[in-house]
Amino acid sequence: MNTIRRRAVGALVLATVGATVLAACGSDSSGGSGDTSSPGTGGSAKKSTTVTLVSHDSFAASDAVLKEFTKETGYTVKVLRGGDAGAAVNQAILTKDHPQGDVFFGVDNTLLSRALDNGLFTPYTAKDLGQVPADVQLDAAEHRVTPIDSGDVCVNYDRAYFTTHKLTPPTTFADLVKPQYKNLLVTENVATSSPGLAFLLGSAASYGDDQWQAYWKQLKSNGVEVVDSWEQAYNERFSGSAAGKKAKGDKPLVVSYASSPPAEVVGVTPAPAQSPVGVATGTCFRQIEFAGLLHGAKNTAGGQALIDFMLSKAFQEDMPLNMYVDPVRKDAAEPEVFTKYGAKITDPESMAPDKIAAKRDEWAKSWSSIVLK
Amino acid sequence: MTSPLSKRALLRVEDATVRFGPRAALDAVTLEVAAHETVCVLGPSGSGKSTLLRAVAGLQPLDGGRVLLDGADQGAVPAHRRGVGLMFQDHQLFPQRDVGGNVAFGPRMHKVPRERREARVRELLDLVGLPGAAGRAVGTLSGGEQQRVALARALAPEPRLLMLDEPLGQLDRSLRERLVVELRELFGRLGTTVLAVTHDQGEAFALADRVVVMRDGRIAQTGTPLDVWQRPASAFVARFLGFENVADAVVAGAYADTPWGKVPVPTGSPSGPCQILVRPAGVRLTDASSGLRCTVLARTFRGSHLALTLAPPDAAPRIDAAAPLRGAPEVGAEVAVTFTPDEVVLLPAE
Amino acid sequence: MVVDRPQVTPQVTDATDVTVVRRRAAAVRRRGIVVRLGLMAVPAAFFCVFFAYPVAAIVGRGLHEGGHWRFGRIGDVLGDAGIRHVLWFTCWQAAASTALTLAVALPGAYVFARLDFPGKRLLRAVVTVPFVLPTVVAGSAFLALLGRGGFTDSLWGVRLDTSVWAILIAHVFFNYAVVVRTVGGLWAQLDPRQEEAARMLGASRPAAWRQITLPALGPAVAAAALMVFLFTFTSFGVVQILGGPTYSTLEVEIYRQTAQLLDLPTAAVLTLVQFAAVGAILAVHAWTVRRRESTLRLVDAGTTAHRPRGGERALLGGVLAVIALLILLPLGVLVARSLDGPDGYGFTFYRSLNSLGTSSTFVVAPLETVGNSLRYAAVATVIALAVGGLAAAALVRRAGRLVRGFDALLMLPLGTSAVTVGFGFLITLDKPPLDLRSSWILVPLAQALVGVPFVVRVMLPVLRAVDDRLREAAAVLGASPLRVWREIELPLVGRALAVAAGFAFAVSLGEFGATVFIARPDSPTLPVAVARLLGRAGPDTYGQAMALSTILMLVCAASLLVLENLRPRAKGADPSPGEF
Repeated sequence: MNTIRRRAVGALVLATVGATVLAACGSDSSGGSGDTSSPGTGGSAKKSTTVTLVSHDSFAASDAVLKEFTKETGYTVKVLRGGDAGAAVNQAILTKDHPQGDVFFGVDNTLLSRALDNGLFTPYTAKDLGQVPADVQLDAAEHRVTPIDSGDVCVNYDRAYFTTHKLTPPTTFADLVKPQYKNLLVTENVATSSPGLAFLLGSAASYGDDQWQAYWKQLKSNGVEVVDSWEQAYNERFSGSAAGKKAKGDKPLVVSYASSPPAEVVGVTPAPAQSPVGVATGTCFRQIEFAGLLHGAKNTAGGQALIDFMLSKAFQEDMPLNMYVDPVRKDAAEPEVFTKYGAKITDPESMAPDKIAAKRDEWAKSWSSIVLK
Repeated sequence: MTSPLSKRALLRVEDATVRFGPRAALDAVTLEVAAHETVCVLGPSGSGKSTLLRAVAGLQPLDGGRVLLDGADQGAVPAHRRGVGLMFQDHQLFPQRDVGGNVAFGPRMHKVPRERREARVRELLDLVGLPGAAGRAVGTLSGGEQQRVALARALAPEPRLLMLDEPLGQLDRSLRERLVVELRELFGRLGTTVLAVTHDQGEAFALADRVVVMRDGRIAQTGTPLDVWQRPASAFVARFLGFENVADAVVAGAYADTPWGKVPVPTGSPSGPCQILVRPAGVRLTDASSGLRCTVLARTFRGSHLALTLAPPDAAPRIDAAAPLRGAPEVGAEVAVTFTPDEVVLLPAE
Repeated sequence: MVVDRPQVTPQVTDATDVTVVRRRAAAVRRRGIVVRLGLMAVPAAFFCVFFAYPVAAIVGRGLHEGGHWRFGRIGDVLGDAGIRHVLWFTCWQAAASTALTLAVALPGAYVFARLDFPGKRLLRAVVTVPFVLPTVVAGSAFLALLGRGGFTDSLWGVRLDTSVWAILIAHVFFNYAVVVRTVGGLWAQLDPRQEEAARMLGASRPAAWRQITLPALGPAVAAAALMVFLFTFTSFGVVQILGGPTYSTLEVEIYRQTAQLLDLPTAAVLTLVQFAAVGAILAVHAWTVRRRESTLRLVDAGTTAHRPRGGERALLGGVLAVIALLILLPLGVLVARSLDGPDGYGFTFYRSLNSLGTSSTFVVAPLETVGNSLRYAAVATVIALAVGGLAAAALVRRAGRLVRGFDALLMLPLGTSAVTVGFGFLITLDKPPLDLRSSWILVPLAQALVGVPFVVRVMLPVLRAVDDRLREAAAVLGASPLRVWREIELPLVGRALAVAAGFAFAVSLGEFGATVFIARPDSPTLPVAVARLLGRAGPDTYGQAMALSTILMLVCAASLLVLENLRPRAKGADPSPGEF
């Protein structure tokens, strides 16, 4: 009786394992990501040919470019993605004793201090760093992180709305509190959304540590609406985006990215003269994304090669259409859709990472007591 | 006290004890069933009959004692290897299999080849009077048919001992009486060894070579139907068999003192206090001048005779009597009663 | 013939014999315990390694600082006014959602249980779709119902988005099926003759319902209510999407504290609070389930339904209207938006989905995500069935307190934040032999965690309903325990097994939370791909997300429809699969 039951249990376990293995084979063959063995498990004697990149859900690169990397260096890139930028950084911090990969990409200036304070990265000076403007090299002293891309969080406007209402679109923070823009703006919750936080930081950088609260009180009385995520703001409430039109969005102003206008015309035929979305160029806050060699990486050489590659012209020029960000490399050409439909942001607001780290929680609390209560 | 172990005993239960909490459902029961014998365990509900069957089948672990089949201790043998059949009270036919599938189940478990299995199913369905029913769904069977299928299923693996739990319990009376005869005839023909339990004495007496009466987990009496009928071993057995004329008595010589007055006892009866049973046949109605004067309380038609309930004077226990169909007294009539010693049984005092 | 004389006194037996017998009986009993423990070993190990250990580790990291346990944090966190507000909101919205769900869904339960109408099966599958739909998708569809320019707005000028009503109504949308299935499942099996008997004894129709049916349904209603309470208490996506930034549940707060702020101590305290609450809910639930299983007279569900007559037609009409408004409409909006292309209605987005993923690693071709999802869900289902099936097999044997506690433990993952589990995985499954972090198996494991409670809940009542004597009948006919299982139990519970598999499959298919918090190699599932598409601007991304959602919905509905067809057919004594 006993043995028979045990045998039954054994059979079930075997069946489970069997199915698991089968599925593993299936996922390997269709995934096509090459060597899926985890880094370093092959033994220290043999040089690992896989370099593992840990990132957030928005990371993207063209297959062709990644193949080029493999061709140049012999390394295959394995990408692990988990959650949004905040969650991905936090995961990396939690696993810093046993890092999941060799390189982390996707920590931005709002999260940089947390990552650096936790000793996430090993210093490495990338080969082409000279091609990167000094003002985005926020860790120039130690080179623990390397800037890869930048993007601006700005107020976007629905061009059609302002044309039909014969209204000049706003361009600055100060414009937004004017009565003609009452009840037109939707932004995101500072506590749950990265563009929401960036917009607050932009206003704080513009008005100063003690004055931004007064500005937000004015915004509040001018009818600013707050939703929890960019997806809701841009896809549901904004009237200028393709998604928002479908969802009958009613807000012609939204906190989004400077790259949203070109994104709205990608793939549209025939190419329109203008993007349906415009950018209020004086409301921008610059986000810079960094990559760093993870402390305790198994494949240090591969990781360094990958960081070098991410600063290469090929990767930098591939990035804009994959992640809708701007390259940091000075000589990287932007795609035509960016130059034609995008706005040139000349003087975005910015803030030092350690100041962001110091003020972030406090400001988020006082922001929500001003705006949400 | 212990009886010599019969060489022919197919089943021997020794001091079997099963406890459910503080209550003993089986209390040191010892019992034998010889090969080809049909034994019926008779008792009221809760007397431990079904537990006895389940213990023999191996479905109920014993808290004490042992079960031997063909002389071999079955303690370590699981139910499915004991080679006994059990027909459940409510049949427990497998709902997802048809009639043939149910009957073939046992032979299949015993790895009987398909052709022989099919032949066996046909043979058994013929035997129980359901030829050609193999393809029917069990949900479409009547109660009597389910009974027959359950019997065929229990017989199919040719168990060395067939056990029946209230085999005819749920059937109506006429069907029951007919089936009892059929079963007895069938078991006799097949030479099956049978241990059945029932609460119906008529069924037990009609079916069994030997009857075992149980009470509160213990055996109250064992014997042939005639034996038990004629000499109930206790007032409990007597009452369970339907005899109501039981009273306290003190025997002195040829007579006993009872609430009904002096009652003659069989010669050689030991003197002293005891209980006395007078079977209805031993109650004589005479003319009103002599004997115990009783009033007729009720009369019940019993086909061959009338059963009378008589009320003696002075709050003495009522007396059951039998009267011929013709000339029986009316309800309310006064009759005189005398007793014949042949139908008087002395029972141990309780 | 040997005739035993009546034995009145128990026989005096040799003392050594008694010991031997006792020992043997004890051995038999021990063997039962060993078997049960053996059956429990796999689910217990699974639960410990993939749930208890990771969650304990992440909570421990929050409360264990500098070599000391900081239980003082509990007081600090609970003393915070903001947190107390969150707790209060979490509780009352769950209570209100539960009451509203019951009020709306109980008539539906009656209609599905007792009335025959065309399309009943299809409709029963459709009302279950929201239950397994990812909240990301359903939430946005729901906005179309209650939000600006939505149904209520264009009809009555009523906008309910970012009001608490939106949350409550969306909770009804998600949990309608829980009540219909749990209560309706039992209702269909209640013997109508019981009520008829009461009416013959002079009870009016409402009185008979109140006196006979309601008490019989009571435990099922309570069990359904508790399940709804559990699901709404831990509500995440709905509150985030529909509630707006002013409303936050405990689950949302745990997510924020962990994934955004990395405030592990606060997250740990909140996780413990949620555990306590969920534990209490589960204990009450287990208690009502036990009561439900006790004493009812059940009949074949196929025999109790009838064509609607008189007032029942109005009731049926009302229920159908509610379903149309509350469930079909949001789902319909989703489909409509997926078809509403730049050049009018058509399959533009579906076609453009196919051109995705050719050049970039960001989005993959939909066929591939469907394949990924199906593959993950299949593996998760196998794991959930093995673990849940064994657990149910262990739980069906006479339950002691220990076993009942185990039952409740297996339900705990349903009430645990996905981010807690996901982050817990990361910090525990990081060393050989369990370095699973970069392994694809992590995703189905996390999904199976959610599937197991469903499998147990479906299998347990059925296994319990298999008459013990049926097993015994097979045993005395010579079937070994394994044969008994294969020949008797498996065919009887086969349908329940299929139902359990379908549920686990559908739930795995729609599982989003745990999947998204695990950094994993690039094989996005349908819900993850939908989220990615929604997360970027573009002329087509939204339509493509809706198209993918529609595909997900269809896959879910198809698997549920297959389940529906596995429900008990007309005749047969087999017990019907359990619901929650």
